Amino acid sequence: MSNVLSFERVSYRYPTGTEDALRDVSLTVAPGEFCVVAGLSGSGKSTLLRAAAGLVPHFHGGSFSGTVTVGGLDTREHTPAAIGAVAGTLLQDPETQIVMNTVRAELALALENLGGGAAGVARGVEETSLALGIGHLLDRPTGELSGGELQRVALAAALVARPSLVLLDEPTSQLDPVAGDELIWQLRRLNQEADTAVLLVEHRLERCLAAADRVIAMADGGIVCDSDPQGFLEWAVENEPALQTPGARMLDLLGLRPPPTGVKQARATLRANGLLTGPGVSEGTPTASAKADRARSLLERAGRSSIGRLLGGGEAGDRPALTMRGVWHEIRDGPAILRGVDLQLRPGEPVVLMGRNGAGKSTLLRHGAGLLAPTRGRVERSGRVALLLQNPGDYFLHERVDAEASPAALELVGLAGFGERHPCDLSGGQRQRLALAIVLGGEGAGGAPIVLALDEPTRGMDRAAKRVLARWLSDRAADGLAVVVATHDAEFAADFATRAVLLADGRVIADGPIEEILAGGWYFTTEAARILNGAGGALRPEQGATLLRARMAGDRLAEAVRS
Amino acid sequence: MNTLVGASRIAYRRRASPLHAARAPIAAAYGVAFAVSALVVENPLLLGALLIAVLAVACAAKVGRQISSALRLTVLPLVLLTVLVNVIVSRGGLTVFARLGDWGVLGQVNLTVEAVVYGLVMALRLLVAMLACLLVVCAADPDELLLAFRRISPHSALTATLATRLIGVIGEDARRLAEAQRCRPDGGARGARGKLAVVRATVSGALDRSLDVAAVLEMRGYGGRGRVPATCRALSRHDIAFAAAAAAVLGLYVFVALGGSAPFQAYPLVSLPLSGAGFAIAALTIAFALAPFLDRRGIEL
Repeated sequence: MSNVLSFERVSYRYPTGTEDALRDVSLTVAPGEFCVVAGLSGSGKSTLLRAAAGLVPHFHGGSFSGTVTVGGLDTREHTPAAIGAVAGTLLQDPETQIVMNTVRAELALALENLGGGAAGVARGVEETSLALGIGHLLDRPTGELSGGELQRVALAAALVARPSLVLLDEPTSQLDPVAGDELIWQLRRLNQEADTAVLLVEHRLERCLAAADRVIAMADGGIVCDSDPQGFLEWAVENEPALQTPGARMLDLLGLRPPPTGVKQARATLRANGLLTGPGVSEGTPTASAKADRARSLLERAGRSSIGRLLGGGEAGDRPALTMRGVWHEIRDGPAILRGVDLQLRPGEPVVLMGRNGAGKSTLLRHGAGLLAPTRGRVERSGRVALLLQNPGDYFLHERVDAEASPAALELVGLAGFGERHPCDLSGGQRQRLALAIVLGGEGAGGAPIVLALDEPTRGMDRAAKRVLARWLSDRAADGLAVVVATHDAEFAADFATRAVLLADGRVIADGPIEEILAGGWYFTTEAARILNGAGGALRPEQGATLLRARMAGDRLAEAVRS
Repeated sequence: MNTLVGASRIAYRRRASPLHAARAPIAAAYGVAFAVSALVVENPLLLGALLIAVLAVACAAKVGRQISSALRLTVLPLVLLTVLVNVIVSRGGLTVFARLGDWGVLGQVNLTVEAVVYGLVMALRLLVAMLACLLVVCAADPDELLLAFRRISPHSALTATLATRLIGVIGEDARRLAEAQRCRPDGGARGARGKLAVVRATVSGALDRSLDVAAVLEMRGYGGRGRVPATCRALSRHDIAFAAAAAAVLGLYVFVALGGSAPFQAYPLVSLPLSGAGFAIAALTIAFALAPFLDRRGIEL
């Protein structure tokens, strides 16, 4: 059986790179295999995918050695256009993945390029759109689609020619949990029913490991693990804990094996160890106020830190930092994006905004920051609202880092030694921190903020970077700043927030302590909460492990009493 | 910056109008007919008729708001610049109304009435041609146009596809950049210098954007060996009406240009003999332009 993809001792360096992005990579993907590529940011995952698509070296240049064969085509001898006939590719940014004016024309493009007849093109477009649930979008202009819709259209365009291999670079990064899960299962169905091989780069491994046949882990441009999902998780426990799924982490903390690839397997392991008898863990070990208590205690520490003075949070005393009263946002000749939103943020409160794509999260943040004016209702701010939008690069106008933000703000975000660097030379995480420094400002310009709002800050971030950001945001909340983050990432939300606001169709449908809002959910929840079925409000693996340890101790105590 | 943001709004969108119901190559030919007609005549009366016709067509095709937005943001500044340059550099004309002295490389600069009039005529031609092209952008489906064009010249079509897509992508980039600047504590870039910085950031990002879009096009097999299949579709009555109108307008203006039935002279003295024929041609221009819009049966989104 010939492989649909093979890498033989491939090394590659970008034209401007100082180190190899791929180092001596050898791998094969058999027809019908579902492979997930894991690794921290900068480990070479996207470059691997671009090499498989023929973009490396044809499009990017640089020095390339070794052989990549896709569907029998050597990428050194065939252009990406020729490789496109056997491998469909979906890259990270959906905005640049769409080239035509309407969805129908977008899907037809690949088939027309392959020389398909009119009937074949029409049938292919129809079937693919139905398979991916975008039939209703076919005649919509692509310029009017949301990020999630664009991502699904781009995926459909990559699949429409029925390639034997699909290459996907974080296809769920812009999707809400519901759409993200749907997309992974659509890929699995395609993989099972059409025998299409899948090579999927993904940071949120808990979302896709259950569907995968194999996981390839990368570090520093090389492959460090190539195993089935279970084997990969065993490897991650020992070698790269940042790549563990939350479920695997929770069971690892309890010393239980094997590490689970999904909720079902985790629950089976817990049942086998007597830790899960019914549908969930029955004991309630409330952790609801733990983080709120921590934030309060930090605030009560001896005085406010110098960082707190720079941020200015809490100066308004008990006054709410931001209040929205019956805020509506209605588009002329269009729908209402916000429908009478009431929301209040207090200084020092870390809040997460969640909801499906198009629920109104970004619009709400823009109203909070004063970028938009409500068509009805009122927004009251007791200070400045610093808003970090989705693309940090949009904030950079200057040639040097120190020209973008004040020294104090750079120090606050940990970029004090980077003043002379060009913003474009910074890594993804550093660029985000620089953008944060810009919006936070110094003590002079525009006044210190009282609210820090972030719109989808974890897009494309690995788990380690998310943890660092979560800690930083918790510290800012402890400094007295109201922190509000719109995100689809429940694991990240559980790491820093004490309160969750769930939006749907422009309305607040739930607002309360994060443990109450997220713990019992199916989609807007964490893997640990799903495994424990929301018991005890445990959202993070550490909380889940504590809860289960308490149960184990209780069981032992009961046994001791009985004996 | 506003221009870049505005540019993203000047885009095709399917609307309930007979022009949008016609196939894209014919809708494009219809618009181009006005542009070419404006370039073959100099008579201000006929150019005025063409301008009225194009604006009336834009309203009938429900793209009037887009056209007026483009007019304000890009077309009018260019038109004013044309008049200004002609007035300063033209050496023709006898009726001097201002003597500006010696301007170095430009020499002695005298402003004449004839130069102003000719500048206005040139600007009017430019205005009509640009508005006609905008009409094509707003009313002809670019995907259908590119598909037709790819059968003739694949490489040119590739460039055109990239350019078409990049207008929207870069316009969206400019909007995002401007919004991000407003998030700065000092309210972001202000004045011409600040706007220039945003435009510079947008333009410098355009290369990366074009590479991304080009990569996607290539991965979709664009430029590969596959030959785009031809489709056979019978002409609709809207196709026939707009093709006939385009031919009538273009034929009329070529006839006028060759036959000299609407004379106009700017230098050395302005001469514009008004005749019944001139008014008749102007009236016919508007009638030909609007006739296809009378049939509104079967128009839907």
